[in-house]
Amino acid sequence: MSNLQISNLLAQMVLGLINGAFYALLSLGLAIIFGLLNVINFAHGALFMLGAFIAWGLLHYAGVGYWPALVISPLVVGGLGIVLERTLLQRLYRLDPLYNLLLTFGVALILQGVFQIQFGSSGEPYEIPQALKGGTDIGFMMLPTYRAWVMIVSLVVCLATWYVTDRTKLGSYLRAATENPGLVQAFGINVPRMVTVTYGLGVALAGFAGVLGAPIFSVSPEMGSERIIVVFAVVVIGGMGSIMGSIVTGFALGMIEGLTKVVYPVASNTVVFALMALVLLIRPAGLFGKASP
Amino acid sequence: MLRHLPTRIADRSMVLTLCAAALCSAACKKEPAPDKGPGMTAPGSGAAPAPGAGGGKIVIGVLSDMSGVYADLGGKGSVIAAQMAVADFGGTVAGMPIEIVSGDHQNKADVGSSIAREWYDTKGVDVIVDVPTSSVALAVSDVTRDKNKVFLVSGAGTSELTGEKCSPNTIHWAYDTWALSNAAGREIVKNGGDSWYFVTVDYAFGHALKNDATKIVEANGGKVLGEVQHPFKTADFSSFLLQAQSSKAKVIALANAGGDTIGAIKQAAEFGIVSKGQQLVGLLMFIADVNALGLPTAQGLILSESFYWDRDDQTRAWSQKFGAKDDGVMPTMIHAGVYSSVMHYLKAVAELKSAKDGKAVVAKMEGMPTDDPLFGKGTIDANGRKRHSMYVYQVKTPAESKAKWDYYKLIREVPADQAFRAPADSGCPLVKK
Repeated sequence: MSNLQISNLLAQMVLGLINGAFYALLSLGLAIIFGLLNVINFAHGALFMLGAFIAWGLLHYAGVGYWPALVISPLVVGGLGIVLERTLLQRLYRLDPLYNLLLTFGVALILQGVFQIQFGSSGEPYEIPQALKGGTDIGFMMLPTYRAWVMIVSLVVCLATWYVTDRTKLGSYLRAATENPGLVQAFGINVPRMVTVTYGLGVALAGFAGVLGAPIFSVSPEMGSERIIVVFAVVVIGGMGSIMGSIVTGFALGMIEGLTKVVYPVASNTVVFALMALVLLIRPAGLFGKASP
Repeated sequence: MLRHLPTRIADRSMVLTLCAAALCSAACKKEPAPDKGPGMTAPGSGAAPAPGAGGGKIVIGVLSDMSGVYADLGGKGSVIAAQMAVADFGGTVAGMPIEIVSGDHQNKADVGSSIAREWYDTKGVDVIVDVPTSSVALAVSDVTRDKNKVFLVSGAGTSELTGEKCSPNTIHWAYDTWALSNAAGREIVKNGGDSWYFVTVDYAFGHALKNDATKIVEANGGKVLGEVQHPFKTADFSSFLLQAQSSKAKVIALANAGGDTIGAIKQAAEFGIVSKGQQLVGLLMFIADVNALGLPTAQGLILSESFYWDRDDQTRAWSQKFGAKDDGVMPTMIHAGVYSSVMHYLKAVAELKSAKDGKAVVAKMEGMPTDDPLFGKGTIDANGRKRHSMYVYQVKTPAESKAKWDYYKLIREVPADQAFRAPADSGCPLVKK
């Protein structure tokens, strides 16, 4: 293999990691929500889009830049998520999970439709913040500073989330509540509130990913729906509800997708689903999930 | 790892539910729209006409992408343009009232052709206009020929429509892939951009655009170093751009459209493609794309269009009227093409006093010179190619732009006789050699 090809492969792997960062952030939120609420949150893509539009709106209407938006936008999306959980999702917990899937799918379609009518399909421009413009030549490729930033910040957020759910007291309450909500409630912990907050946190991650994505992708109503199907495949491959599973799978799938773009570019949209089918055949519970007894 | 997670969440049935849901949401989109009928209906088209109707009135069907990536290029703006044409023509033709119906083909050939068939069979539609997405337009062209109706393409780009797949029932109006490549390609090669690399969207339009551009580049002394194809609706272009960058070609040409072009140009800026000396060319760019990119990113781009709202007093006047009906948005060349083609169609129907025989109407349209405020004077070739000037523009810098939508400066006008492929070279069987 020539040097050119090796450097090309390396470059594609780095780019794959960056895309994987988005997959990981989004599938992480889905995994948390699914783990505790047993809700398959189809609105996740639309809330990702909403996060990006809030960042754009803050800049366009109020002159508020990228850095404050990185905090404000997830808060707003998380707040909306809490309202959504309190008013709608909560009513359907007793029913088959399909009902909440349909509900969140409907919410996603409505959100997307409203933004389509209001802002059109071409999307709105959002510039990379001044401090993160430019790039560095790392030998085999030009690495844009902003993409490096996205990769690092997503990794930090992913690991922090994993740490909170897996290594802290709050996390242990969360985990206990998923095992046996009745018992945990008997110990004096407000389980319904915890569920609400968890949903808010999960969708806030989507909002956060939306702000990170705004300068790279065009801020458009379809930006979430295009990505969400792949992210669901990530969750299935990683093992439903497994937090570390979705982080690792997110990054890994990003890289595999990147390599496909070199070898056979037109298959880059489908390789993830072929992998999903393969994993389900061999390990139906996903790579990191545990099969039911 | 994560032993604590409840076993029920890894339950197999849930996995299956989720997979089913994911697949469904992907698959459901492929189904034809259940209602198939007009997604939007213009005033006055309430009741469905009797089957096989069309004798008592003229029905214009605006078939477009109403909700997807091309919705800003055609979409509801095309309905507005058709309504403006009908209003300017006086609302009736040869004593018959004119109605407009519209539908969403979702950029899928099967959906588009089933809507077209239903419109022709049961809704009394006489002519279909717009139709972005080349694969859909080719399918609708076949249906139109079978039903002997009229198809006036402004949205789609493939030059196949007037090439080997030409039809006596189809006229290709606003632009095509040959004209785009010819106008921009010639200009760029002439100025030293003599080695090209293509980033091509993988469907009929992308391939046609790449093939036409390759011919133009080679005919003018340039050479093509390579190509990478990407799937329709790609979010992340970084891999493709990197491959293009490492080709060391002087010109990286984007043979794609709409959201794909916007994404590619935006991300090319990140990788320093232009700042490192390669030239980026959007072979098909609309003013809506430039608006979505913003001038800081789009400045300096060379592009070709057949219509720009700010070209002269007449285009300005029409575009302001259009903008007043569409939240201040300025029309694309597709919208202009819809207006112009509907006007000319109505003139031909007025002469014939009937729209029943699609072939006869198209022959009449080809026999009359065209003249309207948007494209000026023009003609229609025997292969169904409408002929008018094309323009090479450069996107202004933020400092040069005085107002929103003030985006282009003219580089060169390509006169009508050179702007489009000569009918004899088109490979269309309708052209007598």
